[in-house]
Amino acid sequence: MEKERHVLVIFPHPDDEAFGVSGTISLHIDNGTPVTYACLTLGEMGRNMGNPPFATRETLPKIRKEELEEAARVLGIQDLRMLGYRDKTVEFEDEEKLANRLGVIIGETNPSLIITFYPGYAVHPDHDATGAAVIRAVKELPADKRPKVHCVAFSNNCEEEIGQADVVNDVSAVVDRKVAAIKAHASQTQLMAANMEESIKKQEPEVLARMYKERFWTYKF
Amino acid sequence: MEPAVKEYVQKEIDRLANKEVFIHLETTNGAYASHFDESFFSSGAYIRNAKLVYDHGRITGKGPYRVGLKMNFGWVYAEGITHFEVDEEDRLLLAGHDFSGKLAVALQISETPFE
Repeated sequence: MEKERHVLVIFPHPDDEAFGVSGTISLHIDNGTPVTYACLTLGEMGRNMGNPPFATRETLPKIRKEELEEAARVLGIQDLRMLGYRDKTVEFEDEEKLANRLGVIIGETNPSLIITFYPGYAVHPDHDATGAAVIRAVKELPADKRPKVHCVAFSNNCEEEIGQADVVNDVSAVVDRKVAAIKAHASQTQLMAANMEESIKKQEPEVLARMYKERFWTYKF
Repeated sequence: MEPAVKEYVQKEIDRLANKEVFIHLETTNGAYASHFDESFFSSGAYIRNAKLVYDHGRITGKGPYRVGLKMNFGWVYAEGITHFEVDEEDRLLLAGHDFSGKLAVALQISETPFE
Protein backbone atom coordinates (compact mmCIF):
# COMPACT_ATOMS: atom_id res chain seq x y z
CA MET A 1 0.00 0.00 0.00
CA GLU A 2 1.36 3.37 -1.00
CA LYS A 3 2.10 5.91 1.72
CA GLU A 4 -0.33 8.82 1.46
CA ARG A 5 -0.10 12.45 2.55
CA HIS A 6 -3.70 12.54 3.80
CA VAL A 7 -6.65 10.23 3.22
CA LEU A 8 -10.14 11.67 2.89
CA VAL A 9 -13.01 9.20 3.20
CA ILE A 10 -16.40 10.45 1.99
CA PHE A 11 -19.47 8.26 2.57
CA PRO A 12 -23.12 9.01 3.27
CA HIS A 13 -23.90 6.71 6.22
CA PRO A 14 -22.39 5.87 9.59
CA ASP A 15 -21.19 2.23 9.08
CA ASP A 16 -20.37 2.67 5.37
CA GLU A 17 -16.74 2.93 6.44
CA ALA A 18 -16.92 -0.18 8.62
CA PHE A 19 -17.52 -2.97 6.12
CA GLY A 20 -15.49 -2.10 3.06
CA VAL A 21 -12.72 0.22 4.18
CA SER A 22 -12.09 0.20 7.93
CA GLY A 23 -9.11 -2.13 7.46
CA THR A 24 -7.61 0.19 4.86
CA ILE A 25 -8.25 3.18 7.14
CA SER A 26 -6.46 1.36 10.00
CA LEU A 27 -3.46 0.56 7.80
CA HIS A 28 -3.15 4.22 6.76
CA ILE A 29 -3.41 5.34 10.36
CA ASP A 30 -0.73 2.81 11.37
CA ASN A 31 1.38 4.33 8.58
CA GLY A 32 1.12 7.71 10.28
CA THR A 33 -1.21 9.12 7.64
CA PRO A 34 -3.95 11.47 8.89
CA VAL A 35 -7.45 10.34 7.94
CA THR A 36 -10.52 12.56 7.63
CA TYR A 37 -13.92 10.92 7.46
CA ALA A 38 -16.69 13.11 6.08
CA CYS A 39 -20.03 11.39 6.72
CA LEU A 40 -22.95 13.04 5.01
CA THR A 41 -25.89 11.78 7.08
CA LEU A 42 -26.60 10.15 10.43
CA GLY A 43 -28.38 7.20 8.85
CA GLU A 44 -31.73 8.48 10.09
CA MET A 45 -33.62 6.03 7.87
CA GLY A 46 -31.91 2.88 9.07
CA ARG A 47 -34.34 0.00 9.39
CA ASN A 48 -32.57 -1.94 12.11
CA MET A 49 -33.96 -0.68 15.39
CA GLY A 50 -32.94 -3.58 17.62
CA ASN A 51 -35.14 -6.59 18.25
CA PRO A 52 -37.07 -5.93 20.44
CA PRO A 53 -36.72 -2.35 19.19
CA PHE A 54 -34.56 -0.08 21.36
CA ALA A 55 -34.63 2.85 18.93
CA THR A 56 -37.41 4.94 17.44
CA ARG A 57 -37.31 6.97 14.25
CA GLU A 58 -36.63 9.98 16.44
CA THR A 59 -33.88 8.53 18.65
CA LEU A 60 -32.06 6.62 15.91
CA PRO A 61 -29.96 9.57 14.63
CA LYS A 62 -28.62 10.25 18.12
CA ILE A 63 -27.77 6.59 18.66
CA ARG A 64 -26.09 6.31 15.27
CA LYS A 65 -24.11 9.49 15.88
CA GLU A 66 -22.67 7.97 19.05
CA GLU A 67 -21.95 4.72 17.22
CA LEU A 68 -20.14 6.66 14.48
CA GLU A 69 -18.02 8.49 17.06
CA GLU A 70 -17.18 5.19 18.71
CA ALA A 71 -16.21 3.61 15.37
CA ALA A 72 -13.97 6.61 14.61
CA ARG A 73 -12.40 6.22 18.03
CA VAL A 74 -11.62 2.51 17.65
CA LEU A 75 -10.13 3.14 14.21
CA GLY A 76 -8.14 6.16 15.39
CA ILE A 77 -9.70 8.63 12.94
CA GLN A 78 -8.63 12.06 14.16
CA ASP A 79 -10.93 14.19 12.02
CA LEU A 80 -14.58 13.11 11.83
CA ARG A 81 -17.01 15.46 10.11
CA MET A 82 -20.76 15.08 10.11
CA LEU A 83 -22.21 17.10 7.29
CA GLY A 84 -25.85 17.13 8.37
CA TYR A 85 -27.62 15.80 5.28
CA ARG A 86 -30.53 13.46 5.73
CA ASP A 87 -30.39 9.75 5.00
CA LYS A 88 -31.98 8.77 1.67
CA THR A 89 -32.22 12.36 0.42
CA VAL A 90 -28.67 12.88 -0.89
CA GLU A 91 -29.68 12.13 -4.48
CA PHE A 92 -32.29 14.90 -4.32
CA GLU A 93 -29.83 17.58 -3.19
CA ASP A 94 -28.54 20.18 -5.63
CA GLU A 95 -25.55 18.30 -7.03
CA GLU A 96 -23.52 21.42 -7.76
CA LYS A 97 -23.92 22.74 -4.22
CA LEU A 98 -23.06 19.37 -2.72
CA ALA A 99 -19.98 19.05 -4.96
CA ASN A 100 -18.90 22.57 -3.97
CA ARG A 101 -19.21 21.74 -0.30
CA LEU A 102 -17.14 18.59 -0.74
CA GLY A 103 -14.70 20.64 -2.81
CA VAL A 104 -14.12 22.91 0.18
CA ILE A 105 -13.28 19.91 2.37
CA ILE A 106 -10.96 18.54 -0.33
CA GLY A 107 -9.25 21.94 -0.55
CA GLU A 108 -8.85 22.18 3.17
CA THR A 109 -7.56 18.65 3.84
CA ASN A 110 -5.50 18.43 0.64
CA PRO A 111 -5.68 14.62 0.43
CA SER A 112 -3.46 12.55 -1.84
CA LEU A 113 -6.19 9.87 -1.78
CA ILE A 114 -9.97 10.08 -1.57
CA ILE A 115 -12.05 6.98 -0.86
CA THR A 116 -15.73 7.04 -1.83
CA PHE A 117 -18.39 5.01 -3.66
CA TYR A 118 -18.22 4.33 -7.38
CA PRO A 119 -21.12 6.34 -8.84
CA GLY A 120 -23.60 4.05 -10.55
CA TYR A 121 -22.18 0.86 -9.04
CA ALA A 122 -22.84 1.23 -5.31
CA VAL A 123 -26.49 0.10 -5.03
CA HIS A 124 -27.86 2.64 -2.54
CA PRO A 125 -28.98 5.94 -4.14
CA ASP A 126 -27.13 7.89 -1.39
CA HIS A 127 -23.93 5.96 -2.22
CA ASP A 128 -24.18 6.71 -5.93
CA ALA A 129 -25.05 10.37 -5.33
CA THR A 130 -22.18 10.84 -2.88
CA GLY A 131 -19.69 9.24 -5.26
CA ALA A 132 -20.98 11.37 -8.15
CA ALA A 133 -20.59 14.56 -6.12
CA VAL A 134 -17.05 13.61 -5.12
CA ILE A 135 -16.10 12.90 -8.74
CA ARG A 136 -17.63 16.20 -9.78
CA ALA A 137 -15.69 18.07 -7.09
CA VAL A 138 -12.39 16.41 -8.08
CA LYS A 139 -13.03 17.12 -11.77
CA GLU A 140 -13.13 20.83 -10.90
CA LEU A 141 -9.45 20.62 -9.98
CA PRO A 142 -6.76 20.96 -12.64
CA ALA A 143 -5.72 17.47 -13.78
CA ASP A 144 -2.26 17.68 -12.18
CA LYS A 145 -3.73 18.68 -8.78
CA ARG A 146 -6.26 15.88 -8.53
CA PRO A 147 -5.90 13.34 -5.75
CA LYS A 148 -6.29 9.67 -6.54
CA VAL A 149 -9.86 8.48 -6.06
CA HIS A 150 -10.43 4.88 -4.95
CA CYS A 151 -14.04 3.80 -5.31
CA VAL A 152 -16.01 1.05 -3.61
CA ALA A 153 -18.36 -0.81 -5.95
CA PHE A 154 -20.60 -3.76 -5.20
CA SER A 155 -23.60 -3.68 -7.52
CA ASN A 156 -24.42 -7.01 -9.15
CA ASN A 157 -23.27 -5.74 -12.56
CA CYS A 158 -20.11 -3.93 -11.44
CA GLU A 159 -17.44 -6.40 -12.53
CA GLU A 160 -19.18 -6.97 -15.84
CA GLU A 161 -19.14 -3.25 -16.59
CA ILE A 162 -16.09 -1.76 -14.88
CA GLY A 163 -13.92 -4.85 -14.64
CA GLN A 164 -12.03 -6.20 -11.65
CA ALA A 165 -10.95 -3.99 -8.78
CA ASP A 166 -7.41 -2.73 -9.47
CA VAL A 167 -6.54 -2.09 -5.80
CA VAL A 168 -6.81 -4.94 -3.31
CA ASN A 169 -5.60 -4.27 0.22
CA ASP A 170 -4.84 -7.19 2.52
CA VAL A 171 -6.12 -6.00 5.90
CA SER A 172 -5.74 -9.26 7.83
CA ALA A 173 -3.20 -7.61 10.17
CA VAL A 174 -5.84 -5.18 11.45
CA VAL A 175 -8.94 -7.37 11.26
CA ASP A 176 -9.55 -7.01 15.00
CA ARG A 177 -10.00 -3.28 14.62
CA LYS A 178 -12.22 -3.85 11.61
CA VAL A 179 -14.47 -6.14 13.63
CA ALA A 180 -14.48 -3.57 16.45
CA ALA A 181 -15.55 -0.84 14.01
CA ILE A 182 -18.36 -3.01 12.68
CA LYS A 183 -19.45 -3.79 16.23
CA ALA A 184 -19.41 -0.11 17.15
CA HIS A 185 -22.40 0.32 14.84
CA ALA A 186 -24.40 -1.91 17.13
CA SER A 187 -27.88 -0.75 16.11
CA GLN A 188 -27.19 -1.86 12.55
CA THR A 189 -24.79 -4.75 12.94
CA GLN A 190 -25.64 -6.52 16.20
CA LEU A 191 -26.71 -9.82 14.67
CA MET A 192 -24.35 -9.73 11.74
CA ALA A 193 -21.30 -9.05 13.93
CA ALA A 194 -21.93 -12.11 16.08
CA ASN A 195 -22.19 -14.38 13.01
CA MET A 196 -19.12 -12.76 11.53
CA GLU A 197 -16.92 -13.40 14.56
CA GLU A 198 -18.09 -16.99 14.62
CA SER A 199 -17.17 -17.35 10.93
CA ILE A 200 -13.74 -15.86 11.52
CA LYS A 201 -13.18 -18.29 14.37
CA LYS A 202 -14.19 -21.17 12.12
CA GLN A 203 -11.99 -19.76 9.33
CA GLU A 204 -14.78 -19.90 6.77
CA PRO A 205 -13.01 -19.06 3.50
CA GLU A 206 -15.79 -16.97 1.98
CA VAL A 207 -16.13 -14.72 5.01
CA LEU A 208 -12.37 -14.44 5.45
CA ALA A 209 -11.92 -13.43 1.80
CA ARG A 210 -14.52 -10.70 2.25
CA MET A 211 -13.15 -9.53 5.58
CA TYR A 212 -9.42 -9.64 4.80
CA LYS A 213 -9.41 -8.16 1.32
CA GLU A 214 -10.70 -4.64 0.67
CA ARG A 215 -11.21 -3.91 -3.00
CA PHE A 216 -11.20 -0.58 -4.80
CA TRP A 217 -11.54 0.71 -8.32
CA THR A 218 -9.31 3.66 -9.21
CA TYR A 219 -11.53 6.24 -10.89
CA LYS A 220 -10.23 7.24 -14.31
CA PHE A 221 -10.95 10.88 -15.10
CA MET B 1 -40.98 1.07 22.02
CA GLU B 2 -43.63 -1.26 23.37
CA PRO B 3 -45.91 -3.63 21.50
CA ALA B 4 -48.93 -1.58 20.47
CA VAL B 5 -51.87 -1.68 22.88
CA LYS B 6 -55.01 -0.69 21.02
CA GLU B 7 -56.73 1.16 23.87
CA TYR B 8 -53.66 3.24 24.74
CA VAL B 9 -53.01 4.14 21.13
CA GLN B 10 -56.66 5.06 20.60
CA LYS B 11 -56.52 7.35 23.62
CA GLU B 12 -53.48 9.12 22.18
CA ILE B 13 -55.07 9.45 18.75
CA ASP B 14 -58.08 11.07 20.44
CA ARG B 15 -55.85 13.38 22.49
CA LEU B 16 -54.24 14.76 19.33
CA ALA B 17 -57.47 15.09 17.33
CA ASN B 18 -58.74 18.53 16.33
CA LYS B 19 -55.32 20.05 16.92
CA GLU B 20 -52.83 21.33 14.41
CA VAL B 21 -50.32 18.47 14.27
CA PHE B 22 -47.23 17.45 12.33
CA ILE B 23 -47.21 14.05 10.70
CA HIS B 24 -44.30 11.79 9.84
CA LEU B 25 -45.32 8.92 7.58
CA GLU B 26 -42.97 6.52 5.88
CA THR B 27 -42.90 3.09 4.44
CA THR B 28 -39.85 1.34 3.08
CA ASN B 29 -38.56 -2.06 2.11
CA GLY B 30 -34.93 -0.97 2.39
CA ALA B 31 -32.53 0.28 -0.24
CA TYR B 32 -30.94 -3.14 -0.72
CA ALA B 33 -34.11 -5.15 -1.39
CA SER B 34 -33.65 -5.28 -5.17
CA HIS B 35 -29.89 -5.81 -4.78
CA PHE B 36 -30.39 -9.06 -2.89
CA ASP B 37 -33.41 -10.14 -4.93
CA GLU B 38 -33.58 -8.68 -8.42
CA SER B 39 -37.17 -9.85 -8.83
CA PHE B 40 -38.22 -7.68 -5.88
CA PHE B 41 -40.00 -4.46 -6.77
CA SER B 42 -38.64 -1.80 -4.46
CA SER B 43 -40.94 0.97 -3.31
CA GLY B 44 -41.30 3.39 -0.46
CA ALA B 45 -42.79 6.72 0.55
CA TYR B 46 -41.76 9.34 3.03
CA ILE B 47 -43.35 12.53 4.27
CA ARG B 48 -42.02 14.47 7.22
CA ASN B 49 -43.74 17.36 8.95
CA ALA B 50 -46.96 17.52 6.96
CA LYS B 51 -49.07 19.95 8.98
CA LEU B 52 -52.72 19.05 9.29
CA VAL B 53 -55.75 18.70 11.53
CA TYR B 54 -57.66 15.42 11.75
CA ASP B 55 -61.02 15.37 13.40
CA HIS B 56 -61.22 11.63 13.90
CA GLY B 57 -58.82 8.73 14.01
CA ARG B 58 -58.94 5.00 14.69
CA ILE B 59 -56.68 2.06 15.31
CA THR B 60 -58.18 -1.16 13.99
CA GLY B 61 -57.31 -4.78 13.31
CA LYS B 62 -56.09 -7.63 15.48
CA GLY B 63 -52.45 -6.70 15.21
CA PRO B 64 -50.44 -5.77 13.31
CA TYR B 65 -52.81 -2.81 13.37
CA ARG B 66 -54.04 -0.26 10.88
CA VAL B 67 -54.32 3.39 11.84
CA GLY B 68 -56.39 5.92 9.89
CA LEU B 69 -56.84 9.64 10.46
CA LYS B 70 -59.78 11.41 8.85
CA MET B 71 -59.48 15.04 7.84
CA ASN B 72 -61.98 17.47 6.45
CA PHE B 73 -60.50 16.94 2.99
CA GLY B 74 -58.85 13.56 3.09
CA TRP B 75 -57.18 10.69 4.86
CA VAL B 76 -53.89 9.53 6.27
CA TYR B 77 -53.39 5.87 7.04
CA ALA B 78 -50.73 3.31 7.81
CA GLU B 79 -50.88 -0.47 7.83
CA GLY B 80 -48.67 -2.89 9.75
CA ILE B 81 -48.33 -1.03 13.06
CA THR B 82 -46.82 -3.26 15.76
CA HIS B 83 -45.22 -0.88 18.27
CA PHE B 84 -45.93 2.42 19.94
CA GLU B 85 -44.42 4.98 22.24
CA VAL B 86 -45.41 8.34 23.64
CA ASP B 87 -42.03 10.01 23.96
CA GLU B 88 -40.85 12.67 26.40
CA GLU B 89 -42.21 15.36 24.08
CA ASP B 90 -45.68 13.79 24.16
CA ARG B 91 -45.41 12.73 20.53
CA LEU B 92 -47.21 9.60 19.46
CA LEU B 93 -44.71 7.36 17.66
CA LEU B 94 -46.19 4.37 15.88
CA ALA B 95 -44.03 1.85 14.08
CA GLY B 96 -44.40 -1.43 12.26
CA HIS B 97 -41.47 -3.80 12.58
CA ASP B 98 -41.26 -6.79 10.25
CA PHE B 99 -40.60 -10.36 11.37
CA SER B 100 -36.86 -9.72 11.62
CA GLY B 101 -37.37 -6.53 13.66
CA LYS B 102 -36.69 -4.12 10.80
CA LEU B 103 -38.76 -0.97 10.54
CA ALA B 104 -41.27 -1.31 7.70
CA VAL B 105 -43.67 1.55 8.37
CA ALA B 106 -43.85 4.55 10.70
CA LEU B 107 -46.63 6.98 11.51
CA GLN B 108 -45.86 9.70 14.03
CA ILE B 109 -48.03 12.56 15.29
CA SER B 110 -46.65 15.59 17.10
CA GLU B 111 -47.85 19.03 18.12
CA THR B 112 -44.41 20.44 17.29
CA PRO B 113 -42.43 19.85 14.10
CA PHE B 114 -40.14 16.83 14.04
CA GLU B 115 -36.43 17.72 13.96
